[in-house]
Amino acid sequence: MTIWAYVVRRIALAVLVLFGVATITFLMVRIVPSDPAAVYVGSNARPEQIAQARRDLGLDKPLYVQYGIYMKNLVKGDWGDSLRTKRPVLNDIMHFLPTSLELIITALVVATIVGVIFGVTTAHRKGTWIDLVMRVFSTGGVSIPAFWLALMLQIAFFRVLHLLPVAGQSDIFVAQAHPITAITGMPVVDALITGNWPAFTDSARHLVLPMLCLAAYPMGVIMRMTRSSMLEAMGNDYIRMARALGVPPRTLLYKDALKNAFGPVLTVIGLTFAYSLTGTFFVELIFAWPGLGYYATTSILSMDYPAIMGVTIMVAAAYVLVNLAVDLAQAFLDPRIALS
Amino acid sequence: MSAATAELLAIHDLRLQFRSMRGLVKALDGVELTVHDGEILGLVGESGCGKTITGLAVLGLLQRPQAEITSGAILYRGDDLLAKTDAQMQKLRGRDISMVFQDPLASLNPVFAVGNQIEDVVRLHKGVSRKEARETTYKALASVGLPPDKDTFKRYPHQFSGGMRQRVCMAMALACGSPLLIADEPTTALDVTIQAQILNLLLKLRAELDVAQILITHNVGVAAQTCDRIAVMYAGSVVEEGPVSEVLKRPHHPYTIALYQCLPHGRTAAELQTIPGTVPDLIDPPTGCRFHPRCSHVMEICPTAKPQPVKAAERHWVSCFWAAEGAGLSAGPFRPPTPPDAPGTDDGAPA
Ligand SMILES: Nc1ncnc2c1ncn2[C@@H]1O[C@H](COP(=O)(O)OP(=O)(O)OP(=O)(O)O)[C@@H](O)[C@H]1O
Ligand code: SF4
Ligand SMILES: [Mg+2]
Repeated sequence: MTIWAYVVRRIALAVLVLFGVATITFLMVRIVPSDPAAVYVGSNARPEQIAQARRDLGLDKPLYVQYGIYMKNLVKGDWGDSLRTKRPVLNDIMHFLPTSLELIITALVVATIVGVIFGVTTAHRKGTWIDLVMRVFSTGGVSIPAFWLALMLQIAFFRVLHLLPVAGQSDIFVAQAHPITAITGMPVVDALITGNWPAFTDSARHLVLPMLCLAAYPMGVIMRMTRSSMLEAMGNDYIRMARALGVPPRTLLYKDALKNAFGPVLTVIGLTFAYSLTGTFFVELIFAWPGLGYYATTSILSMDYPAIMGVTIMVAAAYVLVNLAVDLAQAFLDPRIALS
Repeated sequence: MSAATAELLAIHDLRLQFRSMRGLVKALDGVELTVHDGEILGLVGESGCGKTITGLAVLGLLQRPQAEITSGAILYRGDDLLAKTDAQMQKLRGRDISMVFQDPLASLNPVFAVGNQIEDVVRLHKGVSRKEARETTYKALASVGLPPDKDTFKRYPHQFSGGMRQRVCMAMALACGSPLLIADEPTTALDVTIQAQILNLLLKLRAELDVAQILITHNVGVAAQTCDRIAVMYAGSVVEEGPVSEVLKRPHHPYTIALYQCLPHGRTAAELQTIPGTVPDLIDPPTGCRFHPRCSHVMEICPTAKPQPVKAAERHWVSCFWAAEGAGLSAGPFRPPTPPDAPGTDDGAPA
């Protein structure tokens, strides 16, 4: 039962963190020296119009009142209207988030699978040429700047090989001939579940390059952590004991050792998820990917403060949730964690 | 113990070296050892004399290419294990020969329930259904004196006491019915009272399941209490082997004699660290008899040649020039692990 007490404690902590994030976001926007009301009415508005806008937006009230209203609305799902698009921020976010999530999740899944397999292999074959080659590969993933990698991928797969589209999320002709019915908001997933094969192939092809670009860094980090964590696990007595009882090498690696080694790897996956949430801003810009990063960038450039706050809270919430999931997964992986 | 029991495991002239940064470590130097069906053999010797390595070599668990077996044979029911493939050895481990180690907490995987760990080994070797494997697991738990219930099954290693963990290790090692268990210092990490319980368990396992054992220990008291026969190891060789009463009451080898004199008579626990001099460096070991720098009976021939085993009494042999001469034992070369009147006794001396 101790594990459930631990779960409840971790969830309570996550809620507390989210509350803190919302508060800090609120305060930060008030500190920034720009007048949201002026932004709202446009650059050549008269002072009366600005004053009117300030009253409409509730900016004339005392700070603590504004804070109370803000928190109440936040919980209700009323995140304010974007000053730029004039639509509810939450609607905007829900429109752009799925495309980003599709990118981030596929990138992390690929990074995790490749990173873990490479990490286990290099640990198992430590000191051989396979180890060397794979480690060079991971060092590359960690150290090559995303913009340069993006450029190289575009040159290689678009210019030279003519294999993949250079940017965007879909081909305009395919999109017109086979429009995707939005269900989850993730084009590849939606095309798949509606059986829209031409659109599925097209959007999957568009996904590959930005996904690879976003996956490179997490892949390298996950591989390194898996390698060192596996090397430590493989040196344990229980591995020798399992070998002494005839457990085959593959089971030793992928079951007995990996389950022990996976804790730190999970932590790193959580951290790289946070990296990817903001890393996707650049990638989406380079690959003209209409996701949350694109929305965030345009909102920042136009001082659209409700949108900026919305994105900040959404990113923070995603981060907190992923780390909560990581902590809980670790507690279920290793029964000793919940006890300490 | 009758002389009719068959040889279960016989090690002949096993030589093994490690490649290390400092040079070749000549760790095993012609080990001779025999275990018969249902017998408990104590393998005793100072720290670093090669007891663990001998056990690991039997199971083919030494890391290659650092460890290299340069000569010898390890016969299990007459089959040479050194000639087997990795896959064959893997099948044999846990089913024919198992091993448990000193630190039971470290030996158990911390992230799996102990019942599942035992069950996995059973499924691995027996290819039975989950249900049958579970029954076998409960039987194994019962055989080592643990309650065979769901509560035990579902517990994790950290939720047991040290003695219970060692019991779990033994259940895991014996669940598939291994006729031979190599127990490497199974009681060293435990309290004295728990030690006695585990030693009793070893005796019980022999009595009830007929499990032959090699009990590795540096504690002569432990060996004297538990074993039928004892093999005394020094710097990579077994120097004397025979029935416990024989070897400890009428030792022939100067090293065994020294050990015997170190025994605190009347008390049970006896550590081996009290013989003058130190264990030799195995990178550059003494020539001839490796004990000669510490031997109080050293003779001219000792640094120049390695003494061969000679028969001291029924199933009791010793490798020492002095013992052979003094006791008039030098009745020609003797191949120790073969029972004296069995055919093939005089088919040549070990090289
Ligand atoms: N991987 C290795 N590389 C080099 N030398 C080794 C290696 N493993 C063991 N040795 C050496 O082999 C010798 C025998 O080691 P072993 O572990 O069998 O001793 P032991 O009799 O079990 O001692 P203890 O009572 O301390 O467990 C030691 O001198 C040790 O230094
Ligand atoms: S062979 Fe020689 S050195 Fe070795 S134990 Fe016997 S007497 Fe001593
Ligand atoms: Mg040892």
